[in-house]
Amino acid sequence: MTEVQVSEEVAEYTEVHRHPEPKSFIWKYIFSVDHKVIGIQYLMLAVAAVFVGMFLSLLVRLRLVWPEESIPLLGQLFPIGAPDGVMTPEFYLAMLTMHGTIMVFMVLTTAPQGGFGNYFLPIQIGAADMAFPRLNMLSFWSTFVSFMLLLAAFFVEGGAPWSGWTGYPPLSAVPEATVQGFGQDLWVASIAVFCIASLLGALNFIVTTLDLRAKGLTMFRMPLTCWTWFVTAILGLLAFGVLLAAGVLLLMDRNVGTSFFVPGGLVISDKQIDHSGGSPILWQHLFWFFGHPEVYIAILPGMGVTSHILSTFARKTVFGYKAMVYAVLAIGFLGFVVWGHHMFVSGMSPYSAFVFSILTMCIGVPSAIKTFNWIGTMWGGKIRFTSPMLFSIGFVSLFVTGGISGIFLGQPTIDLFFHDTYFVVAHFHLIMGVAAIFGMFAGLIFWFPKMFGRMMDERLNKIHFWMTFVGVYAIFGPMHYLGMMPHPRRYAEITSVDYLEAMGAADLHLFITAAAILTILAQFLFLFNLIKSIFKGKECRDPNPWEATTLEWTISSPPPHDNFAGKVPHVYRGAYDFSLPGTKRDFAMQCNNDEAVFGSRPASSGD
Amino acid sequence: MSLLTAVVVWLITLAISIPFVTRTWWMPEAITDIGRLIDESFMVTLAITGFIFVVAQVALGYTVWKYGRKSDGSADYTHGNNKLEILWTAAASVIFVGLTLTGFSVWAETRFIDRRSMEPSEGRLMIEVTGQQFVWNMRYPGEDNQFGPTDINLIDDAAGNPVGLDRDGPGGADDIMVPEMRVPVNREVELALKSKDVLHNFFVPELRIKLDTVPGLVGTLRFKADKEGKYEIVCSELCGLGHYKMRSFLYVVSEEEYDAWMEEQASYLF
Repeated sequence: MTEVQVSEEVAEYTEVHRHPEPKSFIWKYIFSVDHKVIGIQYLMLAVAAVFVGMFLSLLVRLRLVWPEESIPLLGQLFPIGAPDGVMTPEFYLAMLTMHGTIMVFMVLTTAPQGGFGNYFLPIQIGAADMAFPRLNMLSFWSTFVSFMLLLAAFFVEGGAPWSGWTGYPPLSAVPEATVQGFGQDLWVASIAVFCIASLLGALNFIVTTLDLRAKGLTMFRMPLTCWTWFVTAILGLLAFGVLLAAGVLLLMDRNVGTSFFVPGGLVISDKQIDHSGGSPILWQHLFWFFGHPEVYIAILPGMGVTSHILSTFARKTVFGYKAMVYAVLAIGFLGFVVWGHHMFVSGMSPYSAFVFSILTMCIGVPSAIKTFNWIGTMWGGKIRFTSPMLFSIGFVSLFVTGGISGIFLGQPTIDLFFHDTYFVVAHFHLIMGVAAIFGMFAGLIFWFPKMFGRMMDERLNKIHFWMTFVGVYAIFGPMHYLGMMPHPRRYAEITSVDYLEAMGAADLHLFITAAAILTILAQFLFLFNLIKSIFKGKECRDPNPWEATTLEWTISSPPPHDNFAGKVPHVYRGAYDFSLPGTKRDFAMQCNNDEAVFGSRPASSGD
Repeated sequence: MSLLTAVVVWLITLAISIPFVTRTWWMPEAITDIGRLIDESFMVTLAITGFIFVVAQVALGYTVWKYGRKSDGSADYTHGNNKLEILWTAAASVIFVGLTLTGFSVWAETRFIDRRSMEPSEGRLMIEVTGQQFVWNMRYPGEDNQFGPTDINLIDDAAGNPVGLDRDGPGGADDIMVPEMRVPVNREVELALKSKDVLHNFFVPELRIKLDTVPGLVGTLRFKADKEGKYEIVCSELCGLGHYKMRSFLYVVSEEEYDAWMEEQASYLF
């Protein structure tokens, strides 16, 4: 067992900060201010959302292979969207829009940061809770309201919006353009509430990281997970405010007759639209000023988890820890100055493409550094093939594949051809979608024993990993070829374009849909394993089953209400001291001083 | 497990790469000089990124295989190697930024067109393209080489006036409105791209160029097609429920054929 050292001043601080453990069910599990409960609430919301989002993607895939055929049960489920089981084009677009929105906001933004970050940031830095526990509760419940608003869009008259997850006006702003109403308003409102929730969360994460670190835990001793949560929070703070403003303006354009995004002179079905003076391109600037950092909000925590897990299971310290930190900071900074690469063909000034392109290509540099260092971390290690390790290796592979296609799209001339084709769909799904989700799977299995005091079924995890790893490549790999044809995105069917039929797009679509169905089946295996393991998994009494080094592994599983049971940890070393020469065990925990690590040998370096 | 992981990573890499080498699914042949230059940039990028892709995945698999086997002794203890970090940072910077710099002259040639008026210029064929849900409207200036004025109040789809052309205005009488585009081969063409309602995107794969049509703005694209044929114009920006069928055609024909067609169109006017 590891010793937990207490420093007096920190103990005093924690004492002031402590909130008593609530007794009633509602305050303990529902309106909880405990960061661990809130973290699990975020994770549960993300699991619910990811299965909804996945179901929508299944409908999208089915429509693409059977556009005119009747699909059993669908007619009963969606009498308006799929009369007699045949999905209408607008139903297809609505499913696609909601799939994107739910996945980006409710899954990729919530689980990595709100879920794992909430649960493990305070513990990894040795704090009793987040800096602002009540604000934390407010963040989660605002997110919950936002999710409900979004789901409500399915059930109102006119149904869910179909202007894409990017919601480009005038399509999203002028009801006449879609013959549609309240669903789009709910969509905008949902995003606005989500922005507020994320802003509150971001503030909380930043203050917690800066102010509540245990004694001895300097910034450069933090686990890389904490670094990525910290930088993600800064991105969230700067990005969500802009989207919030844009959302409010769009809501006003739709409902109170302003014209921020709608120009004059629109004529739809011979009817003149009463707007003037706005710019559709303004929305794109505001949206992508958020939208590009959002990509990093989704994937940075996954990078942190991957670094953490690769090091732990290679039994080797992170290769180039500082380079990794600087790379994360560089990606975070560059993420804010490249939004224009989404707009090369939008009609914005072609001169700005030069700047956006050079800056975009610069992101390849820190990304390459990270990839090299991940491989460098494993090089010379003793790899343990646990399922979190497999998912982390999968993350690196997907990150490389998804990143490489970005080199094409970042060049404006090549983007002229590929923009808005399936090549883009393949690119962002690989890197922002499945790579990020692999980070979540890795993190969930890795921290599962800490959160629930039980282990997940390792055999099922491995079957799930192999099916998913091969499955996602089978889905998104061929989409690059569709992009070569070039197959435009967001087409409800391919029957109207001759060259798509001639080049065999239908066969590729059939292959992709089959791969998607198999991959979706594998996710039910995961869901089964998750639920079974929470209640019946093998009990794990060892606080440190993976022989890891960071602070969460010094406390019992699940952790006590105040995390360190009244004690305050003192940190003596960096986060990844594996296989230190001259030690008996192949890992040295952060709270162990040199005496504890090297036995009776006198400490060589004082702290 | 180590060998299995490595082999799966390698096989996936191979499977993704093969169609790019055999060109099983490939871009249609480019029909402009600009298009062929863009293809060159694409091939250079494909070669470099393809190399990086294969090397990175092979290295990943190899590392997992080599250090995943059962072995005695402990893992290495190292915090990294600054020389290597600097080396690959520099290499990545040069490759990635270099790639995009090489494409800039092509971009400038395609897109740096400073036109604020609709005045047709010497020898260049001007066509106005107006997107609307879910059709393309092409307008030719006619024999006088001058576009007539438009008025939003005259817009009437049913009466065949989708852009509100004022036939009585100066130069408006001989404007030609058609749903498809026809251009003579080897003649420089300049498009003025507009939209009546929402965003659309004018894209002809063989031309290798696309641009959003934005209501309230006039976008310009230039091309000179050098191969006769029938090409598809596909909308590449989500524009509503009929987005997938917003399609038209570009016919690149000989001068004579073009002139004959023009004459025929003009004959319908009077």
